[in-house]
Amino acid sequence: MKCQACDNQATVHVTNIVSGQKKVVHLCQECAEKKELIKQQELNLSAILQTVIGQHIGQLTDELSRLTCPVCGIKYMEFKAEGRLGCPQDYEVFQSALEPLLMRIHRSQRHIGKSPRYSAQHKVVQAELMELRRQLRVAVENEGYEEAAQLRDLIRRKEASG
Amino acid sequence: MNLDNLTQNNGEWLRGTGPEADIVISSRIRLARNLSTFPFTNRASAHQKAEVEQLMRDKFAKLDASPKLDYIQVPTLSALDRQFLVERQLISRELANAEGPRGVALVPSETVSVMVNEEDHLRLQVMRSGFALDEAWQDIDRLDDLLEQKINYAFSEEFGYLTACPTNVGTGMRASVMLHLPALVLTKQIEKVFRALQKINLAVRGLYGEGSRASGDFYQISNQVTLGKSETTILNEIREVIPQIIVYERTARKTLTSESRQALHDRVSRAYGTLCSATMMTSEETMDLLSSVRLGVNLGLLEEITIPAVNELFIHTQPAHLQKIIGSALDGEERNSARARYLRTRLREMGPHLN
Repeated sequence: MKCQACDNQATVHVTNIVSGQKKVVHLCQECAEKKELIKQQELNLSAILQTVIGQHIGQLTDELSRLTCPVCGIKYMEFKAEGRLGCPQDYEVFQSALEPLLMRIHRSQRHIGKSPRYSAQHKVVQAELMELRRQLRVAVENEGYEEAAQLRDLIRRKEASG
Repeated sequence: MNLDNLTQNNGEWLRGTGPEADIVISSRIRLARNLSTFPFTNRASAHQKAEVEQLMRDKFAKLDASPKLDYIQVPTLSALDRQFLVERQLISRELANAEGPRGVALVPSETVSVMVNEEDHLRLQVMRSGFALDEAWQDIDRLDDLLEQKINYAFSEEFGYLTACPTNVGTGMRASVMLHLPALVLTKQIEKVFRALQKINLAVRGLYGEGSRASGDFYQISNQVTLGKSETTILNEIREVIPQIIVYERTARKTLTSESRQALHDRVSRAYGTLCSATMMTSEETMDLLSSVRLGVNLGLLEEITIPAVNELFIHTQPAHLQKIIGSALDGEERNSARARYLRTRLREMGPHLN
């Protein structure tokens, strides 16, 4: 279909209903921008992502809104609002919600390709370290310096052995 | 590293050499990586960000890379220097404008840089002049292996390299090729190319990435999908499509020179004339005019001006570069006048070359 204002292909279709009368306008990107029907096209990735996330959480909302990552404390609803996850463990915690989302973005939900060639720390150790770091932060915030010092040493030992 | 020394040269991506360098400006690969035991940057406390930054600074110091990476703490840089690194594509706008501990490790040739505490803990980047994705991949793969021996990446068998944004998860790889496509723009065929690329899931962006408009007729073509395809597959998909775009651009150039040679010659001459004589010049107008000049040089309509020289003008007339070359901070109006003066001087040095 051609743009009503020029000969380019129409990509913007606007339907207006004015006093019960339906009017349809077909324009190309450029003419639509000129007429200020749409904003200058900028790739707003997080807005797109949020739309996609929104479409996927529909029926899961109740269950999901209660879901919180025990490691970093992010709620699924916060991820939905911000479009960014809180920590690596979220991929596991929110797995059931993320898989359809990944399918939509990448048309796949399984990694193919490079993997770390050297010692990858065991998942359990990773989660443990993350939890210790969280405790350390709390200890520092509460000025429990003795506990913080112990936690710090423990983290160092675990990191060295992992 | 003294940033002022960098103004002396063009940086890798505008070197103007490499395969198909008249159309392909540069090839770039980025890898997103995260440390396994820290929350992602957006969720990290100031203390944790400082810890990640400190940890990475130490690792870079001990890294057995050749050439060695110099580490710069971004908060110690002035706003001008941060903008300067953005213009050279060594750091992202996000990293420049963020707050808190963050940094960039880079090699003097500017082919390699690693951002710390961007959206992901690490963003590795390798850049090559011209169409050279394979070389870029070999370099970044090696750097990635080196770093991986020192730190534990967040990785899962199912989802690959774990990233703050699910759009990057999997390979964490974003490969892009920057093209100069003035003839496709002039012949109004560029939209057609975009539509074709979108169909095969490749993204098209302007010079400075997300959301930036394509000033100077520069376009970056990159992969959108990072999960479910291996690095090799993704690179092949881009590698296969670029030669086709090059052929389109060359055909469009041929059509222009055969069917509207006068109009094209006029356009190039006017662009050159304006650059040689204007007294106020915005960065945007400069980009557009230089684009015509660059096309003119490639088609033999302007002699003695070389592509590396035009490339240099593109980068030197960017706001932060201009101010560093002039040696003082300038506001918008002063900058436009200084830019016009700089262009007049430089083009005069090259002499009159209208064919």
